[in-house]
Parts: sequence; structure tokens; C-alpha cells
Amino acid sequence: MNPAPLVALVGNPNAGKTALFNALTGARQKVGNYPGVTVERHSGRLALDDGRPVELVDLPGTYSLDPSSPDEAVTRDVVLGRQAGERVPDAMIVVADATNLDNHLRFVLQLKSLGRPMVLALNMIDMAARDGLKIDLAVLSAELDLPVVATVAVRKRGLDELRAALAAALSGGARSAPIDEVDADIRHFQREARRIARTAVVEQPRSRAVTRGVDRIALHPVAGPILLLAILFVMFQAVFSWSEAPIGWIEGAQGWLADTTVATLPDNFLRDLLVEGVINGVGSVVVFLPQILILFVFILLLEASGYMVRAAFLMDRLMSGVGLSGRAFIPLLSSFACAIPGIMATRSIDDPKERLTTILIAPLMTCSARLPVYAVIIGAFIPARQVLPGVGLQGLVLLVLYLTGILGAVIAAFVLRRTATKGVGGGFLMEMPRYQLPSIRDIAIGLWQRAYVFLRRAGTIILQVTVALWLLTSYPVAPAGVKQSEYSIAGRIASGLEVVLRPIGFNHEMSLAVIPAMAAREVAVSALQTVYAIDAADEEQGAQELGGRLAGRWSLATALAFLAWFVFAPQCLSTIAVARRETNGWKWPLVMIGYLFALAYIAAGATYWTAVAFGLG
Amino acid sequence: MLAPNLNLAQLPRTQQATVASIEWERMSPTEARRLREFGLDEGVDIELLHRAMLAGGPLACRIGRMTVALRAHVAGAIRVAPLAG
Repeated sequence: MNPAPLVALVGNPNAGKTALFNALTGARQKVGNYPGVTVERHSGRLALDDGRPVELVDLPGTYSLDPSSPDEAVTRDVVLGRQAGERVPDAMIVVADATNLDNHLRFVLQLKSLGRPMVLALNMIDMAARDGLKIDLAVLSAELDLPVVATVAVRKRGLDELRAALAAALSGGARSAPIDEVDADIRHFQREARRIARTAVVEQPRSRAVTRGVDRIALHPVAGPILLLAILFVMFQAVFSWSEAPIGWIEGAQGWLADTTVATLPDNFLRDLLVEGVINGVGSVVVFLPQILILFVFILLLEASGYMVRAAFLMDRLMSGVGLSGRAFIPLLSSFACAIPGIMATRSIDDPKERLTTILIAPLMTCSARLPVYAVIIGAFIPARQVLPGVGLQGLVLLVLYLTGILGAVIAAFVLRRTATKGVGGGFLMEMPRYQLPSIRDIAIGLWQRAYVFLRRAGTIILQVTVALWLLTSYPVAPAGVKQSEYSIAGRIASGLEVVLRPIGFNHEMSLAVIPAMAAREVAVSALQTVYAIDAADEEQGAQELGGRLAGRWSLATALAFLAWFVFAPQCLSTIAVARRETNGWKWPLVMIGYLFALAYIAAGATYWTAVAFGLG
Repeated sequence: MLAPNLNLAQLPRTQQATVASIEWERMSPTEARRLREFGLDEGVDIELLHRAMLAGGPLACRIGRMTVALRAHVAGAIRVAPLAG
């Protein structure tokens, strides 16, 4: 059986490669991993006009075949046909930005020198037209001796022609053999690229009027930082205020499901497990999906619009003060959604020491898994008051928690760069892409992938931990007059831990909740939910919501200490696993766990005793 | 008339210029390679677009048709010749 031909999608960063990949393959995408490296493999299927299927693989963007990161190494190795776990490609689609021909053509020429069948997709041709740039496609095609198709990936234009050109390239007799030699001298490719660009470009006015105009504000020494702060502020306010309605729907659905189950099934062990363990346990985590998605919408928009690199530019001076560069800002901002993609995004940092530092501090950025914990505690203990028009006290407290994490990260980076990860800085050198209106489709695909990962976590790790915890807290059954949460197996373990955590203001239930929270932070919420539900079964009948239960039982000082703990508390198991993979060993993950535990303990203790001193105990 | 022998960091904002010479040895090998990949070469037209707020911050410049952010020490290694007009 002949497998479908493999076509590699290659190009410079910012050429619109992923948008073209989405446009060509639609939802028929698979995300996997290359063996041995943590580089994601994005592949998808497309059908040629004669019905032949083709497997398209989207390779990480790179400027040349001389890699400076694991991502770029994968691109080189796949293109040359020597990447483990990947077939030798039968053809390539090379994507180039029509508005930046002389630069992108250099990589096109280097790829062409490999001799594989290839098609050039001249992308963002509409932007070129808007700039007043006129390109003679026939001349370009003749000079390059390659089929050239003009495309606008975000508007799905030029796709039929691209498929036709690909079909022609594939039927030209594939020479899919591995290649050993690469012409690595990019300077002669560069000069040739400039010559071809000069010949093919008929008219070239001064470039990028829109981008220059926006940058005059976005990169302005005073207006720029203010704009960045405003964007971040709106982002964090939105996470709380826009999510109210959808959270209500999810809670409604969860309540209905629980009530229906209670009404349908007889009162037995299975019903309790289903209602308290599964429906309410998983429900208390899924309810935060809206907030996580809102955060991701902002991050995806900032990335797709081209603003993210401007933010990196604005942050570079501050980051260089602690021995990092603006480049580290992007992985760190992603870590606000989840430390895992954040740590993986550090691969774009060339300097190894700087990259290591960024990995070590990434868990201090408040990830979305902490939001459920923050949201419940803030909702229960901080009054929903307006401090200023449009600025709520709850949102403000949330902002303070985020800022505390950032401050912790700044101090940690400062110390690390002078001790464990000492070394000269790696510098800061980045291309600033033109601004683009992000396509709703690309944002939707990115959002769906995040939502899927989160729900899969809720359905697997979180479900298992919740059910295990429910069993451990339910058995053995306490005799009359003894609290179930103390008599059970989990309760006894927590009692041991409580000895250590009591000095920082933690009570028995909190000691119990922090254990499973190491598997996944958001489980702390469902753990508290389970513990209080199990005790409540004896005393107060009926399901009271968690916030109400907490408000009655915890002092404000205790609640604040719990929040402080979660600002620094060691990350989930998946983050540790990714850190191990990315640093090739256990040394650095152990350093990370150690220093974060110490910070969490100190911060929670300091918060508790300060609050007690102010009479909030 | 501007001095013919400026470096990029000294170039007035939005003054059009061309790259006169590049002291590659003043940069790290990674920086030099990245800049070559961005198309930096003698004779390419170049323009300083933005400076960061704080002293010692990065600069944004146009190299050919590409906008690039770089640090001041790298800009200092790029000698430029301002164009008249």
C-alpha cells in the first residue's frame, strides 16, 4: 500500500505559514510530538483535485537551515529527510511574505538548492497590494525556476491554484531521498535573493504605512508602556467580568445533573460517588473553563496580531535588569494561561542560561489552574464592591495576586542569574512582524485546542484524583460524634501534614487539599468541595455552595494565607514533567520544586501573621 | 550635512541611511548569524525607528523591508551612511 505523499510546509517565521496550514487542512489536524524532542508535530490531510490525499506537515518557522533551537533543528531534519519518526517529504510548500521578498527569498533559494519538488506560496499578497507593492509573478517564477502561487491565507485566497501546483509538483516524479549536504553560506543566497526581488518587484514605495503608524503609538517611549499596561489590565478584568454569565450556565447544568442523578438513582454508594465525586468534583473545575478561554483569547489575539513582539520590545529593558531579555516575556505571558506551553515556548530563547532561568520562573506566573482556587476564595472572602467606576475590589485583589507572582519571579530571576544560572546575557534580537487583523478561524482553532487539553485534563487526571480523594475521605466511616474529614484515611494523612502547616495558619481541611493540588492545582477546589460535602452530610442537609461554606469556617487571615500559598506553591506534575524533559534531567526540576516550596511556605506564613496582627485572625 | 561616519545608535530617528560597514566581531556569533538572516549586509538601506523609554533599552530599526528589534551594543557595531534628502 502506498501511503499518501508527505508534503512539508516550510517558511520564515511571520510568513503566515500556520494560517495557510489551517486554511489548507481545516479541522482535519493532528497534534503529536516528534520522538525524543518536545517539538509538536502538526499534521493534517488535504485532498488534491483528482482526489489524491496528501499529508501536510507544518514545520516550525525558521530563517535558514542552520538551526539555533530544537524547533529549527526539526525543520532542518525533516526537510533533509533525516528526522526520526518522520518520512522523507515528497515535496515542499515554501511560504514567503510578499511584502518582504528580498529576505524571504533567501530561504526559498536555500531550500531550492536541496532539489526537492517545491511550490512557492507568495503569501499576504493583499498586504503587498495595500502597500502599493507590485510584483510580477511571471518574472519571479522564471527567475526562481519554480511554480509561484499568490495566496492570502487568512482570506483563503489562492488555495485552489496552490493545490493544482502541488499536484503538478508531485506528479513530476518524487525524489524523496535523504540529503546530506546543505549549502550553509547564506550570504550568496541573500545577494541572489535581493537581485531577484529587484527584478520581480515592479513598484516599491516606502513600506508598511499601517504598521509604522501603529508603532508610532505602540512603541512610543511613554504611550507604549501605558498601552501595554492598559491591555494587560483589560485582559485581567475581562477574565473575571465577562465570565460571569457562562459560569452561571455551567453551574446550572451541573446542579441539574446532580439533582437528576439524586432523583433517579437509589441512595447508595454509587450515587454518592457519582454526585459528590464525579459531577460536583469535576464540575467545580470545569466551571472555570470560561475564564481560561477568555485569557487564551487575549493571548492568541496578541500573538496573531503581531503585538506580542512589541510587548517584548517594551519589556526588554526591565527584563535585562534581572538578566533576562524581552524574549522571555512571551513564554512568561503564555505561562499565565498554562506553564506547560510557556515552558515549551522558551525554546525560542537562544541563550541556554537565560532559557533555563525562564523555565525556572515560569511557574510563578499565575496559570489558569490557579484561577479556580483564587476565584473561590476571593468570591467567598472579598466583598464584590466597586472601588472605582468599572473597577471591582475582587478584580483588584486578583490583580494583586498576579503582581505578587510577577514580583516573586523578578526576584527569583535576579537571584538565579547571579547564582545557579550565572552567565553573560544572550542579547535581544527579534523580527517585528507587521500588524495583522487576526482571522477568527485561526483564533477559534487555537482556542479549541486549548479547551480540549483542559477538558481532557478535567476528564482524566482531575477526575481520577477527585474520585480517589473522595474514597479516601469517605472511608473508613467515622463513628457518631467524630468528624468524617478527620477520621478517614485522607484525614489522618492531613493530620500529619497539619503539624507542619499549622504555623502558617492552615487548618485541617486545607492541609488535606494541598496534597492532591500537587497533581493539578485546581483540584484543591474540588478537594475542599469533597471534604466539606462529606462533613456536611451529617450536619446541614442539602448542597450549599463551596464559597458559602468556606466563608463560615475560615478566618480572613487563613484565606489570605491560602491565597499566598497558591501564588508560589509548586506546580502541577505535568509542569514538572515538562521541565524535566526540557532541561534533560531531574536537577533543575528539583531546584524548582525546592525553591517554590520554600517561597510558598514563607509567603503564606508572613501573610497569615501579618493579617493576624491586624486583627483579621 | 550629517557626519558620514555614524553608527546606527547615533542615527537620528527616521533618517534614511545605508549600511556602510559592520563590525561583526563586536557581536556574539549568535547575534551575527541572526542579523545575517535578517538580511543585514553592506549597502542595505536602514533606518532607526524607535528607541525604548529607559536608557540602555533596545532599538527598533528597519533593515531592508524588515523591522528588527536589537540592543544598543549591536546597533553600535553597525556603521551607517546617511542618505541626502
